[in-house]
Amino acid sequence: MTDVGRHPRITLHTLSEIKDVNGYVGNFDVSILKRARYVDENECTACGDCAEACPVIRPDEFNLGLSSRRAIFSPFPQAVPSAYVLNANECLGHNPVVCGKCLEACDKGCIDFHMSDKEIVEHVGSIVVATGFDVYDPTELDEYAYSRFENVLTSLEFERLINAGGPTGGEVLRPTDRQPARSIGFVQCVGSRSAKKGGNYCSNICCMNTVKSTLMLKEHYPDMDIKVFYIDIRAFGKGFEELYTRSRRSGVHYIRGLPGTVEEDPDKGLSVAVENTATGNLEIHHLDMLVLALGLKPAASTQRLQEMLGLQLNPDGFFLEAHPKLQPVDAATRGIYYAGCAEGPKDIKESVTQASAAAARAIRLMHKGEITTEAITSMVIEEACKCCGKCAEVCPYNAVTVDVKKKIPASVNTAACAGCGTCAAECPFDAIIMNHFTDGQILNQVHTALEESTQEKILVFACNWCSYAGADYAGVSRLQYPPNVRLIRTMCSGRVDEKFIWDGFRAGAPVILVSGCHIGDCHYIDANHWTEKRVKKVHKKMAKMGIRPERLQLEWISAAEGVRFAEVMDGMEKLRQSVTPEEIAETVQLLKE
Amino acid sequence: MEANVLAHQNGDVAEKPRIGVYVCHCGLNIAQTVDCAQVAEAAEQLTDVVISKDIGYACSEPGQQEMKDDIMEFGLDRVVVASCSPRLHEPTFRQMVQSVGINPYLLEMANLREQCSWVHMNAPEAATRKAVDLVQMAVSRIRVLQPLEEETLPLTQKTLVIGGGVAGIQAALDLADNDYDVVLVEKQPTIGGTMAQLDKTFPTMDCSI
Ligand SMILES: Cc1cc2nc3c(=O)[nH]c(=O)nc-3n(C[C@H](O)[C@H](O)[C@H](O)COP(=O)(O)OP(=O)(O)OC[C@H]3O[C@@H](n4cnc5c(N)ncnc54)[C@H](O)[C@@H]3O)c2cc1C
Ligand code: SF4
Repeated sequence: MTDVGRHPRITLHTLSEIKDVNGYVGNFDVSILKRARYVDENECTACGDCAEACPVIRPDEFNLGLSSRRAIFSPFPQAVPSAYVLNANECLGHNPVVCGKCLEACDKGCIDFHMSDKEIVEHVGSIVVATGFDVYDPTELDEYAYSRFENVLTSLEFERLINAGGPTGGEVLRPTDRQPARSIGFVQCVGSRSAKKGGNYCSNICCMNTVKSTLMLKEHYPDMDIKVFYIDIRAFGKGFEELYTRSRRSGVHYIRGLPGTVEEDPDKGLSVAVENTATGNLEIHHLDMLVLALGLKPAASTQRLQEMLGLQLNPDGFFLEAHPKLQPVDAATRGIYYAGCAEGPKDIKESVTQASAAAARAIRLMHKGEITTEAITSMVIEEACKCCGKCAEVCPYNAVTVDVKKKIPASVNTAACAGCGTCAAECPFDAIIMNHFTDGQILNQVHTALEESTQEKILVFACNWCSYAGADYAGVSRLQYPPNVRLIRTMCSGRVDEKFIWDGFRAGAPVILVSGCHIGDCHYIDANHWTEKRVKKVHKKMAKMGIRPERLQLEWISAAEGVRFAEVMDGMEKLRQSVTPEEIAETVQLLKE
Repeated sequence: MEANVLAHQNGDVAEKPRIGVYVCHCGLNIAQTVDCAQVAEAAEQLTDVVISKDIGYACSEPGQQEMKDDIMEFGLDRVVVASCSPRLHEPTFRQMVQSVGINPYLLEMANLREQCSWVHMNAPEAATRKAVDLVQMAVSRIRVLQPLEEETLPLTQKTLVIGGGVAGIQAALDLADNDYDVVLVEKQPTIGGTMAQLDKTFPTMDCSI
């Protein structure tokens, strides 16, 4: 920590949050709001004279309210920067007439009541998002009675209690009577792995954190009665099983089953009722204290940052990486990386590993001092643009800007554009060109494919990353399918314009397949959502016109699904055989009108 | 620029393209099922195709040399390679055409191996018909392809790290120790995050700060 404060290449802004981010990979403009500390960060020596003089007493957040601090304080002794900070909302007197005791106490004159919030602008080439997590708030789980009984603590509170630098100097005392606890229970999965409350995911660290706590307790208090209520213990990391075994051997009782109710006894002890699922018995355990092993949830600022930076979230609310296996620290937006619990619950080792990986990825991007943009990007024909804003709406990368109100035509930021072509497919006025996959280029392929023996052809559109790769995989596996398939590659299924489909049918295609990555796996974040919508729209129109909608199929085929690709082709051939020459002729006639 | 743009959308043909078509045998991988010579012959009849041949291994050193020699001798400005998947060798052939002065985006591939010979092994005639179609499709496409340029833009060698927990600290130090400037933004009065609140940590059971 102190290395960060000292490093000549690191500028540290504390009490600061990101207000806005503009620009794109290589050149982001970041505006930062730095709130006033009211203490000169460089001059303060953290002598503590000011706090001694301050008459205001408040609960100490760092110790989770288990101790108190003044309105001017240092969060903890090793804080970086070490300077004190004044909480203006708690301070009695901006006006020295009212108080101003700290001003007098500070010999160096570091305190300045007139300091104001500052806006700082920084220009950067890459961004690492390391906003961590918040712990789950257990008050909604009334069965654990966290808000009712003082002797029910959270795991984080327990961490402060057992900490030698904490409010009790590391003595594990019951909050109600400050007497040493003789028995302690731990409840696992609080706010995790539940379909009803909290998250339905495993929070990853709480099992091992409890194992750790039991070992620390046994070390200090070998006779303490310790019980752990759990669903199953997840000790999957290196060295974890060993710690778990040690904990069991040292006499900690592991009881399979989560408590149903917690009641307070007259002596302020707790009666914990639990169905032991290993024995099937209902058991009541009397304990001095209960510790809730809290799950981790996304940090409060996650959603705001997500919107500001154009990022994606997992269904559980953590940041979504570009690829869960192969690009685990990259965001889908180029130049942005994730580190630590911002991306999902993890322990320190994994957080640090991911942080080093993120740093390496950022260096890989920046080391040349310049970036090469994708050549396959979209381009606007200004004269044709009617400023409707559709392109900006569909772009997964926020690469298109249009001013709908002021009627300023769309413009594409080529550094941000990844080349999916969804905008070109969706523009109602054909005002966007997708380079290398233009309407003309693709339509030429459509018409050529259907030139001869038209009614025997199966026309297939496949996205480069999944379905085309799936077709390749079918080939590598030597899977045989009907030879009348004619496949056209686009980068993304989002590029498949309605008119490609209509032109295909107008040219006499019996059946057409649009294929892409599975929903959630799209190489262009979520562009395939637009594919899905579009195909639905075309289906409706077909039904209205009296064309059998089944003749247009939509399938999600991944790069690994060679077998499925071949099966889908067999299915398409069956479907094609059901289409009569009369039916085709009728469609062609309908579409020509 | 404007005219160019519209040409794009309409699929107008560039001025008198000179296209070369190369049908690869890939040893027997393609040639065993597809009649490569017949495909090459069919392609020769297509508009704007100046030269069309079948070739043993297009990706091999001699294969590439043969194509490069042709490009120079016949003044070709676009090349169709009908061989394997572009996911495999598109970069190879793009580099090849670029080395003799053709824009890499004026290279087109027809996938005769993964998506034809290997998947229609029992139907050689239909596979050959399909191969002819695939090459024709590629030619119809390449006639209207446009050269593209990648742009290089200056980049700021500085990183913003949002959040000063153990992850943010580690990322900031790794970057800074590699001589990159870092701006570390933390919303609390101190860095450290949750780890600063822990005493001993698993799995080592030692002090966290
Ligand atoms: C009770 C408990 C015990 C644990 N015990 C262990 C253990 O023994 N061993 C172990 O390996 N792991 C343990 N962990 C897990 C460990 O705490 C995490 O792995 C680690 O803290 C993750 O670091 P981080 O930097 O990703 O997140 P955090 O520690 O959460 O840090 C995130 C930082 O970002 C800041 N921030 C958030 N949003 C913004 C914003 N918008 N702008 C600016 N700054 C922002 C926060 O203020 C914070 O300083 C424990 C966790 C808990 C809850
Ligand atoms: S780590 Fe253990 S306690 Fe935490 S959610 Fe997963 S299973 Fe439950």
